[in-house]
Amino acid sequence: MTAALDHTPFSRKEMAGLVANDIAEGWYVNLGIGLPTVVADHIPVGREVVLHSENGILGMGPVPGPNEADPWLVNAGKENVTLVAGASLFHHADSFAMIRGGHIDLCVLGAFEIAETGDLANWSTSGSDRTPAVGGAMDLAAGARNVWVMTTHVTKSGEPKLVRQCRYPLTAARAVNRVYSDLAVIDVTEGGFVVRAMAPGMTQGRLQELTDAPLAFSLR
Amino acid sequence: MIDKQVPDMAAALADIGDGASVLVGGFGAVGQPNALIDALALSGVRGLTVIANNAGFEPQTGLGKLIGSGAVSKLICSFPRGSTAFDARYEKGEIELEVVPQGTLAERIRAAGAGIGAFYTPTGAGTRLAEGKETRNIGGRDHVLEYALGADVALIQAYIADRWGNLTYKGSGRNFNPIMAMAGKLTIAQVASVVPLGELDPNIIVTPGIFVNRVLTVAGGDPPLATTSASKEGAR
Repeated sequence: MTAALDHTPFSRKEMAGLVANDIAEGWYVNLGIGLPTVVADHIPVGREVVLHSENGILGMGPVPGPNEADPWLVNAGKENVTLVAGASLFHHADSFAMIRGGHIDLCVLGAFEIAETGDLANWSTSGSDRTPAVGGAMDLAAGARNVWVMTTHVTKSGEPKLVRQCRYPLTAARAVNRVYSDLAVIDVTEGGFVVRAMAPGMTQGRLQELTDAPLAFSLR
Repeated sequence: MIDKQVPDMAAALADIGDGASVLVGGFGAVGQPNALIDALALSGVRGLTVIANNAGFEPQTGLGKLIGSGAVSKLICSFPRGSTAFDARYEKGEIELEVVPQGTLAERIRAAGAGIGAFYTPTGAGTRLAEGKETRNIGGRDHVLEYALGADVALIQAYIADRWGNLTYKGSGRNFNPIMAMAGKLTIAQVASVVPLGELDPNIIVTPGIFVNRVLTVAGGDPPLATTSASKEGAR
């Protein structure tokens, strides 16, 4: 890792833009907390996409301006949000019926590890180091029609996150369809990982070095 | 005459004894009946099993205060992070924790209120949270058996009520409240206001009064604005 970088990783905004551009008109979409939330700001103008928040909102809008916040309206991250025209409100059992019942077209989540089978680990890194907490991650990963992951390609210490088999506890088995990392866009297929796009200057050989599982390439 | 309104907090919380199981509504500060919870924390009750999505946030109010008071011996929730009161007790082994996926938690509560004993769900199949649970392959997919989760008491927050206990909600304040109202043997609603019977349009009532036992008006009960990012801990 000491060699000079010959590639430029996608920025967070660029990753969000790549994800947003792949979201189809008319989709109902749940964006996870953190980086996935940024995707909302990059959905192309004129494309109608309905954002779902698991605490009972369809048609979630942007963060309110100063002095415009409704204290009774928060998103899954407990931040005040707004509603768009056409929004609806409902209780938790209905909200997760939407998720589990396959009505949500897409959820975008973060990850600790993604296996070449689509297994996802994103809720716990250890059995004992801190309080276990799962939130809605297992429901979203098991229930949404498409599960896309946004993540750095490797951990802070340089360990691959795209692996043959997850070492961390699973969130859901065979759940992930596509990974948007800061180095590549990768589909999860029956045959394993297939790279569709790479960050500027990235090479197939270098990307494979940074990935535990074998990669196939079908660049678009 | 049916009148579910109670005159004061003591009447609202009467009969909640040591060892009771208590459903507590809310997602973040919205829809969390903090006045009821704070009073319960001061009541001296012990050994509660609390079922809620979170473990509270600030130690001085709501679930954080209730847990900090030592009243809770077990918490069943989906996301206990972000609560210093909970962390302190959990680290010392003073509180038992059952982590449940959020949608499974909601459906277990709904099932209890609807008279369903258990159900199979794909959520959690093949994960650590399914260990020790019956798993069945349905339609080519593994499903986990999950049991209904009702409680002795439900503490909920609604917006406008009438004396029959019909309830409306506001914003994202529904969250767990309508299903918890169904699943409590004794359901106590904290509301912002009560209007005369007949004034609530039947078309907009979310929780019919049949699910509600007591209504306490707590004026000025708007949740605090969440102006800072609460998501540093991924507070789902």
